[in-house]
Amino acid sequence: MVDLMDKAREIRVEIIKMLAKAESGHTAGPLGIADFFVCLYFGGLINFRKENPYWEERDRVVLSCGHYAPVWYATLALAGFFPIEELKTLRKLGSRLQGHPVRQESYSEKDEKQLPGVENTGGPLGQGLSVGVGMALAAKIDKKKWKVVCVCSDAEQQEGQTWEAYQCAAKYGLGNLTFVVDRNEIQISGNLGEVMPIEPLKDKLTAFGLRVFEIDGNNTREIIEVFEKGKLYPDQPKAIIIKTIAGKGVSFMEGNFHWHGKVPTKVEAEMALQELK
Amino acid sequence: MNLLNYLDKVEQKSTREGFGEAMSVLGKNNKNVVVVTADLGESMKVDDFEKLYINRFVQVGVAEQNMMGIAAGLALSGKIPFAVSYAVFNPGRNWDQLRVSVCYTNANVKIIGGHSGVVTGPDGATHQALEDIAITRVLPNMMVVVPCDFEQAKKATFMIAAHKGPVYLRLTRPRTACFTSPTAPFELGKAQVLRSGKDVTIFACGSLVYEAILAAEELKGETDVEVVNVHTIKPIDEETIIRSAQKTGKIITLEDHQINGGLGSAVAEVLGEKYPTKMIRMGMRDSFGESGEPNELLAKYGLNKEGVIKTIRKIIND
Repeated sequence: MVDLMDKAREIRVEIIKMLAKAESGHTAGPLGIADFFVCLYFGGLINFRKENPYWEERDRVVLSCGHYAPVWYATLALAGFFPIEELKTLRKLGSRLQGHPVRQESYSEKDEKQLPGVENTGGPLGQGLSVGVGMALAAKIDKKKWKVVCVCSDAEQQEGQTWEAYQCAAKYGLGNLTFVVDRNEIQISGNLGEVMPIEPLKDKLTAFGLRVFEIDGNNTREIIEVFEKGKLYPDQPKAIIIKTIAGKGVSFMEGNFHWHGKVPTKVEAEMALQELK
Repeated sequence: MNLLNYLDKVEQKSTREGFGEAMSVLGKNNKNVVVVTADLGESMKVDDFEKLYINRFVQVGVAEQNMMGIAAGLALSGKIPFAVSYAVFNPGRNWDQLRVSVCYTNANVKIIGGHSGVVTGPDGATHQALEDIAITRVLPNMMVVVPCDFEQAKKATFMIAAHKGPVYLRLTRPRTACFTSPTAPFELGKAQVLRSGKDVTIFACGSLVYEAILAAEELKGETDVEVVNVHTIKPIDEETIIRSAQKTGKIITLEDHQINGGLGSAVAEVLGEKYPTKMIRMGMRDSFGESGEPNELLAKYGLNKEGVIKTIRKIIND
């Protein structure tokens, strides 16, 4: 059994290292949601085959808030989808680790440019939710057992497309689809409640027809449990609001919106890594 | 090969009807074909598809951005989704989703834009897509197809379903001349010389190809007009365009679209780089349309047979 807390710590270490090396990117969101990603890939919440990343029966993880790419990349690397060494190439010319995640259909047997495990192209907020709905619909049409987990941010709830996706997921009773909303309270220009309030989020999501759960997103036990609870509603799409601390694990980043879209300097990275050890 | 029906006895049918008929056949032949629409199934003639294959018909309501994203998700799961709505919304309103979720992803989505051009008529400028060719053809991985009539729309629908990758298919509302024969060959990316001539070439797309043919017929004995149907705007058939320009040395482009960014621009780009040729672009001259009947609007904006004849005389006598 993997020690999930320890694995989450490893992911955070990789996030700091890769962002410091890249010298640009987003830090707070990825650090905050690391506990959730560790549960997905190491806590048995999804089916996947690292040696056959696009195995047809796999569960799909869609990252709608594409700027969270570092946490996805670090988790996929630690889960064995590609060499951990490759994390160093984040945002560099020729890298498979683009600034925001890219999925590209090649229509040929093998595609060397595709970063294994990435399921969607994400960046412009709101888009991944619809892509997730489309995938879940495909599984429903074919009566397949695989499911879709779509990760989005709280500021993403400000996008209109997000709500278009929710109403459609509810209409089609997509019980195979779980939206995960990272409620970390920050966005690039400030605290979410000041930039554009989204509360009462739980009531809104419920009104849109979703089965909503609210948990501590930095608590792996709660994350594992909520997925079990979700299974009780096979004909309804789920939304899990995970309350996380932006920048979690690094004291001088925690809860501070300034770390949304900036990366640590070499010295700051050293300090962060000290804390994470 | 007989490409054209007798010009004086053509039936009147719309390209959207051709698309709808093809979709009903496609739905039967290919279980992966899925229709996603944003409240415009009946108008876009996929109501039969809905009745026949209800479990592969996704109705998202008035939410075009979501429609495009859903289509991308379906495509990434092995489906061949047709995202169906009016062109002003699709690809107009959902262009960002088209750019990232579909084109950058190279997802196998077919974008069907109806009610294009001023021929949309009484609904007015809000519903007359005049920029759709421009905004789709700038996107990498994208193919852009503009069928000239009912028969060609049918053929194009089958062909784009078989093509792997994103395609934009531009359709129109009114019944227009169905002048190509059901047996005429059709190949994506290959422009068709419908009428051979030596004095001037008209490169046209959509229902206006017929106006070009009528103009050419009327000028018989006065000017020998070549008419080329450029049904695929991207990838553009450079070879056929250059060959015709070399032959006639005078070019007119004709489209129910802004002259900026559409067929005229695409042809000008080819010739500007490879064979600079005297040229006039016919289309909407940086203006919006307005309410009216299709024939009234084409006359007002000089895009009917008479307008084409006038332009031919202008380029010949200049």
